[in-house]
Amino acid sequence: MNDKVHLDHAHVRHLLTAMLRIRRFEEKCFELYQSEKIRGFMHLYDGEEAVSVGVIEALQSQDAIVATYREHGQALARGIGMNVLMAELYGKQEGCCRGRGGSMHVFDRATRFYGGNAIVGGGLPLAVGTALGDKMLGRGAVTACFFGDGAVDEGSFHESMNLASLWQLPVLFVCENNLYAMGMALARAEAETDIARKAAGYRVASEAVDGMDVVAVEVAARRAIAEIRRTNAPYLLECRTYRFRAHSMFDAQLYRTKQEIETWRKKDPIRQLQSWLEQTGLLHADEITRIEADIATEIDAAVAFAEAGTWEPVEELEHFVIMDRVPQ
Amino acid sequence: MSAAASMPAPQRMTYREACKQAIRAAILADPRVFLMGEDVARYGGCYAVTKGLADELGEEKIRDTPLSEGGYVGAGIGAAIAGMRPIVEIMTVNFSLLALDQIVNSAATIPHMSGGQFAVPLVIRMATGAGRQLAAQHSHSLEGWYAHIPGLKVLAPATIEDARYMLQPALDDPNPVLIFEHVMLYNREDELDPNLTGVDIVSAKIRRPGRDVTLVTYGGTLFKTLDAAETLHQEGIEAEVIDLRVLRPLDMTTVLGSVARTRRVVIVDEGWKSGSLSAEIAARIAEQAFFELDAPIRRVCSREVPIPYAAHLEQAALPQAPAIVAAARGLVKGG
Repeated sequence: MNDKVHLDHAHVRHLLTAMLRIRRFEEKCFELYQSEKIRGFMHLYDGEEAVSVGVIEALQSQDAIVATYREHGQALARGIGMNVLMAELYGKQEGCCRGRGGSMHVFDRATRFYGGNAIVGGGLPLAVGTALGDKMLGRGAVTACFFGDGAVDEGSFHESMNLASLWQLPVLFVCENNLYAMGMALARAEAETDIARKAAGYRVASEAVDGMDVVAVEVAARRAIAEIRRTNAPYLLECRTYRFRAHSMFDAQLYRTKQEIETWRKKDPIRQLQSWLEQTGLLHADEITRIEADIATEIDAAVAFAEAGTWEPVEELEHFVIMDRVPQ
Repeated sequence: MSAAASMPAPQRMTYREACKQAIRAAILADPRVFLMGEDVARYGGCYAVTKGLADELGEEKIRDTPLSEGGYVGAGIGAAIAGMRPIVEIMTVNFSLLALDQIVNSAATIPHMSGGQFAVPLVIRMATGAGRQLAAQHSHSLEGWYAHIPGLKVLAPATIEDARYMLQPALDDPNPVLIFEHVMLYNREDELDPNLTGVDIVSAKIRRPGRDVTLVTYGGTLFKTLDAAETLHQEGIEAEVIDLRVLRPLDMTTVLGSVARTRRVVIVDEGWKSGSLSAEIAARIAEQAFFELDAPIRRVCSREVPIPYAAHLEQAALPQAPAIVAAARGLVKGG
């Protein structure tokens, strides 16, 4: 297994593009939310892009993903089309879940993307299960399970870490520690704030990584996944990151200071990578302009696709409550 | 060879043994099927249903779990989505509340929420009900709560043949199916019809025909209700006893057909009355068969208390045959 990261031109271009796609997509989502094209709860990933891009870069096609309600980044990085994602946010039947799930519940069979779970900590037992199933079926697949620091407060985190370790299951637990569970600061919620350390209590290998550095995340994720494939045991990767925007679209952010946000903005994963690329000359400014232009075109197309989408007929409301077969 | 000689003899067995045979047969028939739960392997199951199965089938197929209901029920959901056919055993319905999030927020929602991309072909078995002096945290009948949830199927096998044969169609079903086994049934013995090879998980069954009054029940109270019907028969009242078998979706066709004939109905449920399955059945009868009725709908349910330990108090809290008889008699004879 290749756990090395080659920072050649193609790869760094890909990493930057992947993060920019998420950032620009969500900037458009914010706009569309203001114009009421997108409704419900929507949680933006602004500032955390390096985590999903770095980790998913290390996955293979047979691997599975379980994510949270803040999962636009994982969805795009995993290769779920921007068109069907945007249509889902619009609630159109051309969306990846026919508009049933919306922003918080993205699922995709083709890429083994198992949600979009909006119960904090709810996805962890599920990830233990997909890994158990994959192991019993001999698939040789890893499940990457994303969750926030808030999930660490939940019993399901501890039960899942224990189960995965006890049964030696191929789960990569990825904690996206952005320091706040909605408004609850990590230090006000956890007696031990070093999340990576908690893994030791379950005999799970772990590592904390700078979640604002996409290359560091990718390197750590490749190392972790190589270790999982070698040992068949789970691994906890704590990615220390920060969300620049509010928790959701209804958040006055009374729990943190503007200064704190500004300090973290200086570590913006996109800005960091971009300035490093400019310094090293790996990517020229005009190439970045081209990348931005391509992304803008892709987003325009996604919005047009979603706008042109149709509403699922109300007659189909009860479809799939009870399934008549297991989809193959 | 004569027909009589080729006829296999009826097999007498306990409900517990029927559950065990069902599990063994399902695991042997499909390599994707396995069972997991607390103390199912080395201990043999808290109600001894799986005793000896781990030795026979191995601890991969009969898998002991830590005391992590939310964790292993969620793992069952994930494994089902990944292609396995897990049977998850929870010791009692009371403990299933620790896994309620996984059952209600994930298993029941994922097929619809994903736009039909994923099914959750999972079976969850658990004990339910009172009668063993296990007090208020081991004795409740909460199956009605689960019957509230779209996306779940809920079964309540009462007879030996249902205990033996409901599991396979539950595993064949692409949806999460919950099976409730009443604790007072495990030791019950009966003969299993050797010519029977399966049962459906769709319909209610008339366990005793009668023309004067319909008694609707399921699970542990079926046999109390049949006893009540026998007493009523001696008084000249012919009660029809319906075993619901399936609590979600309800087979109202059978219930309404019976009510249309008898014009009177008593619903017997070990759950409490308030916001309950018995309330739902009564409401549907009122909505769909109001003008068929010659008398008000009656319910015999548990008293609205946490089930107490002391035997006399526990028995006083539960639906009993004399109360069923009194309710039915009141409807037929008036007063």
